[in-house]
Amino acid sequence: MVEQIAQHAMEVHGEAWTIKELFTLPNEYIYWSIQIVMYPFMTGLVAGAFVLSSLYHVFNVEKLKEIARFSLVFSFALLPVAMMPLMLHLQQPFRGIHVMMTPHFTSAIAAFGIVFSTYGCIVATELWLVYRKHFVLSAQTLNAQENRGLIDNFRRLVFNCLTLGAWDITPEAIEKDHKACKIMAGIGIPVACFLHGYAGFIFGSVKANALWMTPLMPVIFICSAVVSGVALCILCYVIVQEFRKFMAARKMSRWAKEADAPTVEELEGAKHMEVMLASNYLLYFMIAALTLEILDLIFRGYTQVKSWDILREVIMERDFVKIFVMQYGIGNVLPFLMMALPGRTVRRTTIATMLVLFGVFMMRYNVVIGGQAFSLSFAGFMDYHLPIIPHNLETFKEGLFGALSVIATPFVLFYFINKFLPAFLKEESSH
Amino acid sequence: MKRRDFLKNCIMVIAGASVPLSALTLVDPRKVLAANPDIQWAFLINTEKCVGCGFCVKACKTENDIPFEANVTRTWVERYVYTKDDRRYVDSPKGALYGYTESRVDLGRGEFKEIDPKNVGKAFFVPKLCNHCGTPPCTQVCPVGATYKTDDGVVLVDRKWCIGCGYCIMACPYAARFFHPVLKVADKCTFCYHRISKGLETACVNACPFGARRMGNIHDINDPVTQVIMNERVGVLKDEFGTKPQAFYIGLAQEVR
Repeated sequence: MVEQIAQHAMEVHGEAWTIKELFTLPNEYIYWSIQIVMYPFMTGLVAGAFVLSSLYHVFNVEKLKEIARFSLVFSFALLPVAMMPLMLHLQQPFRGIHVMMTPHFTSAIAAFGIVFSTYGCIVATELWLVYRKHFVLSAQTLNAQENRGLIDNFRRLVFNCLTLGAWDITPEAIEKDHKACKIMAGIGIPVACFLHGYAGFIFGSVKANALWMTPLMPVIFICSAVVSGVALCILCYVIVQEFRKFMAARKMSRWAKEADAPTVEELEGAKHMEVMLASNYLLYFMIAALTLEILDLIFRGYTQVKSWDILREVIMERDFVKIFVMQYGIGNVLPFLMMALPGRTVRRTTIATMLVLFGVFMMRYNVVIGGQAFSLSFAGFMDYHLPIIPHNLETFKEGLFGALSVIATPFVLFYFINKFLPAFLKEESSH
Repeated sequence: MKRRDFLKNCIMVIAGASVPLSALTLVDPRKVLAANPDIQWAFLINTEKCVGCGFCVKACKTENDIPFEANVTRTWVERYVYTKDDRRYVDSPKGALYGYTESRVDLGRGEFKEIDPKNVGKAFFVPKLCNHCGTPPCTQVCPVGATYKTDDGVVLVDRKWCIGCGYCIMACPYAARFFHPVLKVADKCTFCYHRISKGLETACVNACPFGARRMGNIHDINDPVTQVIMNERVGVLKDEFGTKPQAFYIGLAQEVR
């Protein structure tokens, strides 16, 4: 027992997944591991999904109406998950609330609490404005209904609460909602960009790290965030629409049995149009993201400051496959060609969005892990080995299964949120 | 009330109130609590005297309750070996906890390199520890303010407030910080604050048999350490980061990073 404790006390955070080579300083490990890769990835998805939804609300891109509403709900489901990797990564998770309570404002992380909650409020307000009519109508229907079961009683309670006492759904009131919604979306875009830009700033401002330190980092992060968010929304939208087509064809759900339920052809037509338009926006943002990333790389190679020797070895040799094959090749160039070449179909676009998501994930991985792949002494390297089979809490939290639970959570949340804020809603009960 | 009286009364109230208010600045708790505001601690390392015995590392770990076998340490000694065929080898196995008793160099991944003593051009040891920077990046980035600089120039960590995010560890250009294996909070050299504030030497200075490590008050012009820093050629590590390190080195080679 005593030996066990001694053994336990010996294991240093990071030792389980770091392999050191040549000369590394004694305290150097890969302290920021897979969860810190997940963190910017998930925040990026939140910000990106929101930006896509704002295209409709602010710039009146009518054709994006359906995918915009879907993105907004999905962005809300992703929101709590952006915090999850941080909590899983903290050595003292119960003290995590200190960041909100006693923020130390010279730190980039301290802004997290404020930016994150502001952003959460904006998304919630916008959702409420979009769905207010739906809340009122649902609450009225449920209130009028007799012989309510347990579930309907619960739904009635929730919908009544969600109306917040605002029962006015005259066209004038709805028009006011619409205006307010536009303003919220307008404020939301810079806040979403700030939310993710400052995630880039967290890395870009670490002067000790030669790979991270560049003022381009926040901008690169914002562009790739929008890319990943739009890609995820397209992907999920297609999957959900396929699912709805399946249900509509077989009349399997409550909505599919209604008289005015959309037909398979209607669903297919809507899907095709929205996906094509959204993927155009995806292409524009991909060009911006890729340009900035390549600019950063070229600039480092051209200026050849002291750190370039070791960076070159990491980028061009050790991480070559991860950066040039997986990130740029499979994750950027291939999907770009798939979407840019003529004769684009929904299926091809859907596969391209999966590759884009993979590419953005690899970009986060190469930044976070790649930035710790070399020693501060510039004379040694550290290899990261993702823990797969956990042997203690730490290797679970910061291992494959920890990362997978972060990925799975937004979908679970979306399922429940969708029960009250249906992402696909008939025309008359929303705008 | 006449305007004249009103103004008169106003002046009296302001003057009367400023007396107790000025008392607040007279008894600034920060200044009262700081034992001696004239102190600014600095460290002086003479690399030419260090023989790599590792006594300092042992003493530090024992004094400061860092698990002895754990692969993290508040202070460590690096060995630099330059061969005549122009190759450079550096290592610091376990931070030199057991001293450099072997001539082979640790290459990591369990590999070692035996170097022919006749082929050695120059070789030396460099002790390292937290530089207690004048503008520490670690205290700047702490999201909850759990790490801070004392008035006498020592960077400390509040173990009861640290959330364990690791941002300070990332921000330190010297890799002086690590997670304490038992307490699970950021940990680093404190210049043995519990000792120096009682007039004792730090554990490593006390343990060094060759006087390679010394500590002094850089604000005291008559302090022998200050005299050396003022009158001899000393260097600091990685000054390009603008951290203003307070650990000064005699005989620093440019390859030491």
